[in-house]
Amino acid sequence: MDIFLQQILNGLVLGSIYALIALGYTMVYGIMGLINFAHGEVVMVGAMVTITVISTLMGAGIALPGPLLVLIGLMVAIPACMLLGFTIERVAYRPLRGAPRLAPLITAIGLSIVLQQLAILIWGRNYISFPQILSHDTISIMGASITELQLIIVVLCLAIMGGLLLMVEKTKLGRAMRATSQNPAVAGLMGVNVNTVISATFMIGSGLGAIAGVMVATNYDQAHYYMGFLIGLKAFTAAVLGGIGNLAGAVAGGILLGIIESLGAGYIGGLTGGFLGSHYQDIFAFMVLILVLIFRPSGLMGEKVADRA
Amino acid sequence: MAIAGKFDTNKKLGLFLALGVVMAILPILIGSAFGNSWVRTLDFALLYIMLALGLNIVVGFAGLLDLGFIAFYAVGAYTYALLGSPHFGIHLPFYITIPLGALFAMMFGVLLGTPVLRLKGDYLAIVTLGFGEIIRIFVNNLNAPVNITNGPQGINLIDPVQFGGVSLGKPLEIAGLSINPVYLYYYFFLILTVLVVLMCWRLQHSRIGRAWVALRENDIAAAAMGINIRNIKLLAFALGALSGGVAGGLFASFQGFISPESFGLLESIMILAMVVLGGMGNIPGVILGAVLLSVAPEFLRDVIGPVQMATFGRMIIDPENARMLLFGLAMVLMMLIRPEGIWPSKRRQAEFKDAKKG
Repeated sequence: MDIFLQQILNGLVLGSIYALIALGYTMVYGIMGLINFAHGEVVMVGAMVTITVISTLMGAGIALPGPLLVLIGLMVAIPACMLLGFTIERVAYRPLRGAPRLAPLITAIGLSIVLQQLAILIWGRNYISFPQILSHDTISIMGASITELQLIIVVLCLAIMGGLLLMVEKTKLGRAMRATSQNPAVAGLMGVNVNTVISATFMIGSGLGAIAGVMVATNYDQAHYYMGFLIGLKAFTAAVLGGIGNLAGAVAGGILLGIIESLGAGYIGGLTGGFLGSHYQDIFAFMVLILVLIFRPSGLMGEKVADRA
Repeated sequence: MAIAGKFDTNKKLGLFLALGVVMAILPILIGSAFGNSWVRTLDFALLYIMLALGLNIVVGFAGLLDLGFIAFYAVGAYTYALLGSPHFGIHLPFYITIPLGALFAMMFGVLLGTPVLRLKGDYLAIVTLGFGEIIRIFVNNLNAPVNITNGPQGINLIDPVQFGGVSLGKPLEIAGLSINPVYLYYYFFLILTVLVVLMCWRLQHSRIGRAWVALRENDIAAAAMGINIRNIKLLAFALGALSGGVAGGLFASFQGFISPESFGLLESIMILAMVVLGGMGNIPGVILGAVLLSVAPEFLRDVIGPVQMATFGRMIIDPENARMLLFGLAMVLMMLIRPEGIWPSKRRQAEFKDAKKG
């Protein structure tokens, strides 16, 4: 039983990070109908920049408490990633609006490769470890344990996601975003500056991506130029699972996927009599993706039909 | 008119003959001018042509975006390797293992095709990507508890292709001349490449080829014209996978060693880039794309390092890094400037123009 609870907790931590990244995919998809393949790389850049800022500060002999250092790192990484997201949209997507769907997908893949290679140039090919500045004390809940850090990650994710949903529902920008996603041409006629809304969407998504990147790096204690690929793909799966284009769906899909993955990894060994082990963890996301697309292409909460894609 | 047509065929025939002669002496020219490693690059170029043509059936003809194509290559390669290496102690000849690999690849093609029939566009791309990754993860991990694929270490000492007593893996001695294996494989690959080109050519101008075009341009209209969408899609996946499987078997025999590393997502993207850069749906264009993208990296490898040494006196960017950076940039720029590819088919170009207007 405590293994079950432990896996649920692990899944919750993983899942809330997926959810945060999935929001970036789903917002862009909702508004422009395209998969921002380079979003995973934004997550990676967020993690890398934060680590660089923290180690620079520490190297300069500035002794600050750990959480404050991470916060300063984030304050640099978030604007950096927002700028990156803005640039990606300007360079790779805006000129291709209205082109066949294949074109933006290929520029996105190309951009992904470029960003990874730039990351290698700047940060090298090796894993970079996250400075040991955050406490790793554990709290135990009914026989299962969770670190304080992980608890903070979950709470922070939920708070941010709640804030985003509120923003989309209540603010003027949010209303403009919803209008654009329903019909960009008509939204334009109603006085919405569609280009600004799209830029803003990319920037918000990238900012969330930066935070998620830092969370991944703190959770695994490391970052790597290639980390964005797999986590991006899983977050995309989460977005599809929840119903792409639907914000609440992305949150639910992310958390669900995280839990499926960790339960799967925890039990697959026992279920297959040791034939398949926990290193098959990564398969679950893809299986979920394929199954959802076959049986319920609109996702758990989606109203759109997959045929649109 | 009839005379003009006859003349045209003769001219075409002459062109093909000339091309054949060029292809036949090309490795000898390249080999004597630049050395055997460049002939090896030519061999790989031929493999990539087969792969790119296979993917072109799926992406170019039928318009189904496949990002996991390398999985079929892996299936072909592992079939050959498992049935022709000391790993299981089985040594079947190539004329059994290569067709078998192609058959398995086709089966996987249909296996992948069936569930994703309803999907289109980016969704299809992501699912095929996931499928490719699943195959890679399995190949990577199926070494315990029962060792099937030998995991990340890969399979070693794979049998070379053998005709009777002649092995393509060893230098051939004729009249005191020793012919390097890279040449032997070149001619073997060339024959198979020509077969694949012919298959694609005949398919394109057949009833099936026209059905694919119809499917690509408007699937609803195609269905209304009486085309069985399901079968025609599955056929595209199966025939594309066939070329992938053949190329995989050849790769295993040529290389003598395979590991899961050779079948990553980047390879799938590379092949897709060949198809797209060359010109989707146009056989000569795809061949051009495959040659460019398989030769250019080797060329850059030889150039980037020395150029940096000459201009800056030291290495600023590691050549591998610079190569990938250029590759990524080329993909982006190509899509922005000429999304229909270097040498597109007229029809495909028209579709691109049409979509841009609409």
